[in-house]
Amino acid sequence: MAIAEPPIRVEDSPLNQVKTEDVQLDITFEQLKRLVSPRALTGETMLLNMGPQHPSTHGVLRLLLELDGETIVSCIPDIGYLHTGIEKTAEGKTYLKVIPLTDRTDYLAPMSNNLAYCGAVEKLVGIDVPIRAQYLRVILMELTRMNSHLVWLGTHALDIGAMSVFLYCMREREMILDIYEAVSGARMMSSYIRPGGLWRDVPSHFPQLVQRVLDVFPGRLLEYEKLLKENPLWKERTVGIGKISAQDAIAWGMTGPCLRGSGVNYDVRKAQPYSCYDHFEFSVPLGSAGDVYDRYRCRMEEFHQSLKIIRQAMAKLPPGPVMTDDRKVAPPPKHEIAYSMESLIHHFKLWTEGFKAPEGEVYFAVESGKGEYGVLLSGDGSPKPRRVHFRAPSFHNLQPLGEISKGALLADIVAIIGSIDIVLGDVDR
Amino acid sequence: MGLEQKLGDMGIVTTSLEKAVNWARSNAIWPMLFGLACCAIEMMSTQASRYDLSRFGMELMRASPRQSDLMIVAGRVSRKMAPVLRNLYDQMPDPKWVIAMGDCASCGGVFNNYAIVQGVDEIVPVDVYVAGCPPRPETLIDGIMKLQEKIKHEPLKKWQ
Repeated sequence: MAIAEPPIRVEDSPLNQVKTEDVQLDITFEQLKRLVSPRALTGETMLLNMGPQHPSTHGVLRLLLELDGETIVSCIPDIGYLHTGIEKTAEGKTYLKVIPLTDRTDYLAPMSNNLAYCGAVEKLVGIDVPIRAQYLRVILMELTRMNSHLVWLGTHALDIGAMSVFLYCMREREMILDIYEAVSGARMMSSYIRPGGLWRDVPSHFPQLVQRVLDVFPGRLLEYEKLLKENPLWKERTVGIGKISAQDAIAWGMTGPCLRGSGVNYDVRKAQPYSCYDHFEFSVPLGSAGDVYDRYRCRMEEFHQSLKIIRQAMAKLPPGPVMTDDRKVAPPPKHEIAYSMESLIHHFKLWTEGFKAPEGEVYFAVESGKGEYGVLLSGDGSPKPRRVHFRAPSFHNLQPLGEISKGALLADIVAIIGSIDIVLGDVDR
Repeated sequence: MGLEQKLGDMGIVTTSLEKAVNWARSNAIWPMLFGLACCAIEMMSTQASRYDLSRFGMELMRASPRQSDLMIVAGRVSRKMAPVLRNLYDQMPDPKWVIAMGDCASCGGVFNNYAIVQGVDEIVPVDVYVAGCPPRPETLIDGIMKLQEKIKHEPLKKWQ
């Protein structure tokens, strides 16, 4: 850590040299006018800017709201304030080096992103993953889902006005981050799942750490439910707010708890089982009304289902390797390098050039905490991908915001944003 | 001091105005509630149950830049966000400080590309850089304490 002295002269920054008149926009006033109602032009309704620096937009989402009194006439989301160019950056990196970038898209569920990307690479190259690695992936995926839901519940409740839930959720989240740290060495950006398996086997105290989560969580979930489920204030703010019908939810491409809150039974874990999800018994919680409360109920039920899956996976966790023995994609163990020339060559090739993937295009999706997180991977025979596209669930779940917030009150927009559970790193990438 | 030894305990402490003002400023910094990306989640953890930043007199996160003294740039700053960030900084009243939290805010981090500003010090003056991707809450707390140390040694004239 360094302390800067003297302060840098901001006037010299290259960004300050850009003049506003240099920026050319291909948008006409007529096109812009259509975004708001004609009443906005006469001053009958009020235009209000919300964000990008607003504590309730869950990041740097900007909304342009047209208000008639306190009622929302139109809501125009403006995204891109966190555009990071991850997809473009990925094109210049070897297949292995893209993994740390995937952590940073949906940073509340890094392991899900890792798995979606690694699953796509495995599909493209044709790698078999050992069964132990698949089970461990399932355990970590479910912990990740709980991690993502805990941040959702904490911030959502905080936005609506329940401060204590946030502190409880963050307390429980630390238990999951401890597991992350034990397996990967990092609290958040794990990069633990690799093409062909896992970076390394879990440490010996992993079962105890998971057991602690399994023991503590049911009681804590009860605590949250006590605070919120039948709370009249909570119900007043959530029941009947931000309704979306099943047809609309499908048409807008919503997935995850947002779609299931409207009563559509679609879960990637059931529809296209990956990583041995078909070995476990669990149910998919469904809502019916498609409002903020139902989406909340769905996610709360998913906590219980996640715990159920983890319990089964821990009981059945088989021994064995956690990485494929295909030396073309998996680095050889360090002790082998000492006596095997072939291993040394593999090691050298892998870390200088990387492995090559055949030409082709694959799509692989996982059910992350927010919905269907898919990766479209296009290979061109070289060690670097031609194109990596992330089908980010938050991006699709955000799209109907303008529609579902029409006619709602200004205070409700905060509840609606919380309930669709967006993370802007995922929206903008 | 030294007066107490000569005159006995009169319940009076003497110090310089500069020291008294800096002592007050450093122990009641109001950070702005302003998160950008991954680091913002760690900043939330720092505020929350296990790490509890209020132990250091920094618990009062203000959503308005008009009421805050410290901007913690938590996360990557995109080219689209940069003017907004500068605007927020300009809206903060003096005295004000900036912590660049994490590698992206400090130097661009892993994102050396067209979209990300390569270090927030290109647009606002930074006082403390906190390394890590994202930094652990302990690291952020350490960075904040370094800033407190820095404020304690600032000349009063600086913010005239």
